[in-house]
Amino acid sequence: MDVLDTVWRLLALLVAFLVLPLLVGQLEHKVMAHMQGRLGPMYAGGFHGWAQLVADGVKFAQKEDVVPARADRRVFQLAPAVALLPYLLVLVAVPVAPHGGVVQALDAGLFFVLAVLGVGVLGSLMGGWASANKYSLLGGMRTAAQLMAYELPMLLAAASVAMAAGTLSLPGILAEWEWWWLPWQIVGGFVFFVAGLAELHRPPFDAPVADSEIIFGAYTEYTGLRFALFLLAEYAGIVVVSALTAVLFLGGWHGPFADGLGWVWTLLKTAVLSFVVIWLRVSYPRLRADQIQRFAWTVLVPLALAQIALTGVVKVVLS
Amino acid sequence: MPDYFSGYSVVGLVAVVGVAFVAVAFAAGHLLRPVVPTREKMLTYECGVDPVGEDWAHTQVRYYVYAFLYVVFAVDSVFLFPWATVFADPGFGGVTLVEMFVFLGFLAVGLLYAWKKGVLEWT
Repeated sequence: MDVLDTVWRLLALLVAFLVLPLLVGQLEHKVMAHMQGRLGPMYAGGFHGWAQLVADGVKFAQKEDVVPARADRRVFQLAPAVALLPYLLVLVAVPVAPHGGVVQALDAGLFFVLAVLGVGVLGSLMGGWASANKYSLLGGMRTAAQLMAYELPMLLAAASVAMAAGTLSLPGILAEWEWWWLPWQIVGGFVFFVAGLAELHRPPFDAPVADSEIIFGAYTEYTGLRFALFLLAEYAGIVVVSALTAVLFLGGWHGPFADGLGWVWTLLKTAVLSFVVIWLRVSYPRLRADQIQRFAWTVLVPLALAQIALTGVVKVVLS
Repeated sequence: MPDYFSGYSVVGLVAVVGVAFVAVAFAAGHLLRPVVPTREKMLTYECGVDPVGEDWAHTQVRYYVYAFLYVVFAVDSVFLFPWATVFADPGFGGVTLVEMFVFLGFLAVGLLYAWKKGVLEWT
């Protein structure tokens, strides 16, 4: 591992981290618009509004940074960074291509990824508490409840893949992956993806930011750059959850000509899953807070436990 | 063992890069944006009317039982990960499978008990 190589990898990571969420955001603008019989942004940048999010970024950077007088100032200001940075760290361990196509392979990669992913939610909690606003507080509380309900099925579904592969290293899991894992782990994949959606509080699990009830939940008091960082965190979260689902359950870089085109397969699978995330936003109504809890505990947790049993039996019978 | 930890030096480096990115963004924002605070602007936002009562209002935390449940289950499930890497190794086979079902049985009975007790109902 020489210095130049590491610098290149870090640079690629940073570019991916800043560009992919914007692509997903632009995709969301356009896909939602067309699903609803609209055109979406058409003006910025000239061609089908491709520069809309760049324009949004410029707008955000020029806006005044308002911290409410009664807010807990330091915590309030730090919250967006806490929400954003875990997703950057997670991307370190996500393999994109075979033969070392990963920023840094970690032996306990799966464990690392799940642990760091949970930290992002702390940002919303910090913002919700520090805003000193009733709506923000309610939003933060709902975020916390949702994290607790959905972290468990997510852990269990990920454990099922670790059992199948016999390793916690993400490149190691992909090295073991065979096509028939797809039907074998499909239930776990569903649980993992849905739990990921819920942790990002994307629709239909967006009760923590339900605009008709609590304005914008924990982000109500934020403006300008800090608000933009929260939004960036949301879209980075979509990228990360989609990429992890693709790596753990859809075979990551596996596909025809994987030796040369592995990274294309990873990006393609991530993009398709991101599209599904957007699609769900357009097509499903918001669940109530209690429905969200019930769904996690009475549907996803039993499903995840069943998947673990299935994985264990098949694995022992085969070996 | 040094190999095992050297991977995390890159993680640390990325963390430093990330913090630097946020710091630069905040510093640049500081230079670019206007600062014109007024009393009304700094008020807590409550849909346009003046805020009513305390900001950190008392709310009933309905899901505290879920929190207990979560802690119990999550601590259990953490033990799954080291076990998952070795359970199918030669020499374990059937024994670990029985162990797994005992473990899942405990979890399932706990969940069923909570369900029966009505803990999984919000109201």
